Amino acid sequence: MTALASSLTEQKQASVSPPLWLLAELTYRCPLQCPYCSNPLNFAQTTSELTTEEWASVLRQGRETGAAQLGFSGGEPLVRQDLGELIAEARHLGYYSNLITSGLGLTKAKVDDFAQAGLDHIQVSFQSSDPDLNNAVAGSRKAFAQKLAMARAVKDAGYPMVLNFVIHRHNIHQMNDIVALCERLGADYVELATCQYYGWAFRNREGLMPSRAQLEKAEYEVNQNRARLLDEGSAMKLIFVTPDYYEERPKPCMNGWGSLFLTVAPDGTALPCHSARLLPIEFPNVRDKDLKHIWYESPGFNHYRGNSWMPEPCRSCDEKEKDFGGCRCQAFLLTGNADNADPVCSKSPHHDRILAARQAAECATASIEDLTYRNDSNSRMFFRG
Amino acid sequence: MVTANPATNAVTTTNIPRFRRGFRFQWEPAQNGHVLLYPEGMVKLNESAGAILAEIDGQRCVRDIVAVLEAAFPQADALESDVIEFLEHARQQHWIELS
Repeated sequence: MTALASSLTEQKQASVSPPLWLLAELTYRCPLQCPYCSNPLNFAQTTSELTTEEWASVLRQGRETGAAQLGFSGGEPLVRQDLGELIAEARHLGYYSNLITSGLGLTKAKVDDFAQAGLDHIQVSFQSSDPDLNNAVAGSRKAFAQKLAMARAVKDAGYPMVLNFVIHRHNIHQMNDIVALCERLGADYVELATCQYYGWAFRNREGLMPSRAQLEKAEYEVNQNRARLLDEGSAMKLIFVTPDYYEERPKPCMNGWGSLFLTVAPDGTALPCHSARLLPIEFPNVRDKDLKHIWYESPGFNHYRGNSWMPEPCRSCDEKEKDFGGCRCQAFLLTGNADNADPVCSKSPHHDRILAARQAAECATASIEDLTYRNDSNSRMFFRG
Repeated sequence: MVTANPATNAVTTTNIPRFRRGFRFQWEPAQNGHVLLYPEGMVKLNESAGAILAEIDGQRCVRDIVAVLEAAFPQADALESDVIEFLEHARQQHWIELS
């Protein structure tokens, strides 16, 4: 490398901050079939997973590049028999490690072993506060009972506990029951995450998106519960992620492209977010390049950094530093071109697509059985010509 | 789950602070500073916040922590009220617990 090239590289690195978050999607395999899964529709096409050694190397490189938070996710990360080993490696490297799990495949012994190995936190996802609805959405008859047992085991082992509920039109009326269940289980944080329409959720959007009236009622109930918890001196925090389809300005997606987050998919593909795989951009693989190079130098990670790529109306917009033009994946899914302004923005010439989705949510009739479940055989429909 | 009402039980010099389970305080070379890590989140601490939290070991009371800091920063004036004010903030954020 010439002196000039090396000084240019240093300058570029100085303007890009390190990735503070590493999301390790260990596998796309999962015993559940949630129809809002964020994994790609064609996940079943990915058969090659990184080995234990390769993951350990990714963790080391991520830490050296500056990551402090680590998420073990999937699919269901518990499917990987080497999870305990990777947890121990993460602790050794100084990560704060989070296990993001459905609870299926977890046992009390594993909960204790992982704590011993240095796991900091376990997030258990639920589909509903009601066993029947939970199991119908998850596509598994035994899911709810197992989740309850594991939430109790997590609490007994002394971990901080985050319970995650993905919210959609079929469970958005349950806010009070969900909060009550979380209080009984002793959760520290409750994430009420309204569906984000990517992956399987985009495919099933009409059957998932709540109406405005449903959303407003839910927001009211969450606020009532927050006020009550504060009053009672409870440390339980409610985090309500509202759907951006009801906003007039887009979310600052991932806090900006390639600014904080780095996802590594099961086959080693490195991505600026876990949905970006659907974009027509070539992303690097950790089997070919080291993470530092991937983060600072790869065309994929530099593609939407800064704002020189923006067309109108973003280019001349005085809010472009605030929201970065919104989400590239959403722009691609709704307009066919990822450069466009996120159509959530009322200034976008494609905002009518958001309005149409809201309209559809007013008169949707699909039941849970009408959704396309996330499983291998449905996934194969998306890559067999 | 239910802790004392944040409006009462303010920090006093005899309290012994400790980090709440799930909260980890550490030095991050890449950020050139101390951070507090917790489930899926991170707070970057400024220099004085880092210096105060670095003295929390679950053994020493607030008065001892103030004494250690005053010895380490002799050029500073009396630190007790600043330290208590910051620990009170940390308590209200549920970063620390008191005994």
